[in-house]
Amino acid sequence: MKNYSTTILANHEISPGYFRMKLLAPGIKAQSQPGQFIMIRPQTGLPTMLRRPFGILRCGFLPAECDGLPEREYLEILYKVVGKGTTFLSELHAGDRAEVLGPLGRGFDLGAIGTEKILVGGGIGLVPLYLLAETLIERGGKVRVLIGGRTRDDILCVTEFERLGVETYVSTDDGSLGEAGFVTNVLKRKLDKYPQAEVFACGPMPMLAAVAHICSVDHVPLQVSLEAHMACGVGACLGCVVKGVGHSDSNPRYLCTCKAGPVFSAGELDWGRMESQSESCTKGCA
Amino acid sequence: MTNVNNKRPNLAVEIAGIKLKNPVMPASGTFGYGEEYAPFLDLNSLGAIVTKGLSLNPKAGNPTPRIAETTSGMLNAIGLQNVGIDAFVQSKVPYYRGITTPIIANFFGNTLEEYGEVARKLNDVPEVTAVELNISCPNVKQGGIVFGTEAAAASQVVSLVRKALNKPLIVKLTPNVTDITVIARAAEEAGADAISCINTITGMAIDIRTRQPKIANRTGGLSGPAIRPVAVRMTHQVVQAVKIPVIGIGGIMCAEDALEFLIAGATAVQVGTANFIDPAAMMAVIDGLERFLIEEGLDDIRQVIGSLQV
Repeated sequence: MKNYSTTILANHEISPGYFRMKLLAPGIKAQSQPGQFIMIRPQTGLPTMLRRPFGILRCGFLPAECDGLPEREYLEILYKVVGKGTTFLSELHAGDRAEVLGPLGRGFDLGAIGTEKILVGGGIGLVPLYLLAETLIERGGKVRVLIGGRTRDDILCVTEFERLGVETYVSTDDGSLGEAGFVTNVLKRKLDKYPQAEVFACGPMPMLAAVAHICSVDHVPLQVSLEAHMACGVGACLGCVVKGVGHSDSNPRYLCTCKAGPVFSAGELDWGRMESQSESCTKGCA
Repeated sequence: MTNVNNKRPNLAVEIAGIKLKNPVMPASGTFGYGEEYAPFLDLNSLGAIVTKGLSLNPKAGNPTPRIAETTSGMLNAIGLQNVGIDAFVQSKVPYYRGITTPIIANFFGNTLEEYGEVARKLNDVPEVTAVELNISCPNVKQGGIVFGTEAAAASQVVSLVRKALNKPLIVKLTPNVTDITVIARAAEEAGADAISCINTITGMAIDIRTRQPKIANRTGGLSGPAIRPVAVRMTHQVVQAVKIPVIGIGGIMCAEDALEFLIAGATAVQVGTANFIDPAAMMAVIDGLERFLIEEGLDDIRQVIGSLQV
């Protein structure tokens, strides 16, 4: 993990309220695992102070310049404007500077080679699944991505996933795109058909709790990527904790989302208590 | 970067008999147990390392959300989550054997007995150079009165710990009092070797859409640059009130901020919230202090300490 200042290459609104930002990120490809995140803050003119955590959407190399400059590495984040921090971030332009800390946290365990993989993304929760899908495809094997959102505006990057060679299934709560209803309905059908699958999910907490319930009933391995408000990203502030399995007041088992996660095996978490926790925003909180 | 003598200025200071290579250390609770920040800075270049607050038994901490950013600051109500003194000694202390920087263990209790017991346990840990006593906790046996908000209670806990402890004792004061100098003097008279001030200022923030407090505990401790002028003022007052050294804390983001506390008379400073924003923040503070001395043509940080002109 590194702590560096860098340049923003692009920052565009790709759907109402959703922005995609590209930044120079030397060495990111070799260092990062699917599911890890970065902490970022603009370098100047700050109305906010703390960095914000964002899942890494993609990383790669910019084409070499004709002037002979070496290939430069970039990373992309995709975020929803939900508060002051993300509003300010959305107002930055190419050429502005930002401070990046990362990659941070524990990414996805890629699971067994060759088994069916089902990725479930709710809204902005789709973000950390792209690198995962790309990596799983590179390893070989079937990858299906179930993409859910409230409306068509919340369905992101479908074409990009399809270009990877994964099968995509879209559902919206209001039926404005794809199947009408929750993404969890699609998941149930897919698991009936592919009971040997491994599931990877990221999205709002009620969706994750529903996915966890389905997978536990079907005895299907599940990893979830969580998000939380956090100040430091490195396990010091203890602001981002979630309750681990077996947690009680007399035997506290708090896990730092930033360090023990953001990806957890579903069995590590106390789902009974999770549902009552606030429906947090997504990767790109506040 | 050369001064006239072509010699690097001295940044070393001494607090309660502990020699610090510079006056910069993290504030308790913002730096984990130190190890968490090793990837970002050289722990051996800090003046000291101050641990997360320890208690006799492991502490679960508060429900979430525990933090909220506010204008130029943040509120936190972590609830002093920590592994407990025994787990600290077993699993965290061995790491300190590879570090030359003095280790200051911060601890707290909810009864006088707990304070005493933790102090006695820390006596047997040679890796811990000194302790910092957090007296911003409620005394559960005395109707929840916060030790540090009442001179008699502060005096009682400090003198109890002083008797139990064979290491230098730093007492960390809460700013949530009418007159901090009264508590500072009580701590000094009860045997404190140094004072650190200030802890966070109690605050509250509300989400206007949900009508709920932004943190689950309703209120939390405000930190960050928002509190710095209050902290500088209190440091100045405490420096006037006591003869023991003072460590200034409150919203230090850069060397210039640290210098305000030093000029006010603090012998050292603690950097807190800034560690969250930039894990290498303390390095910039240390470098900036050296640069300031060179710019001012000074060769010793002690020429700056207490140099306030009024």
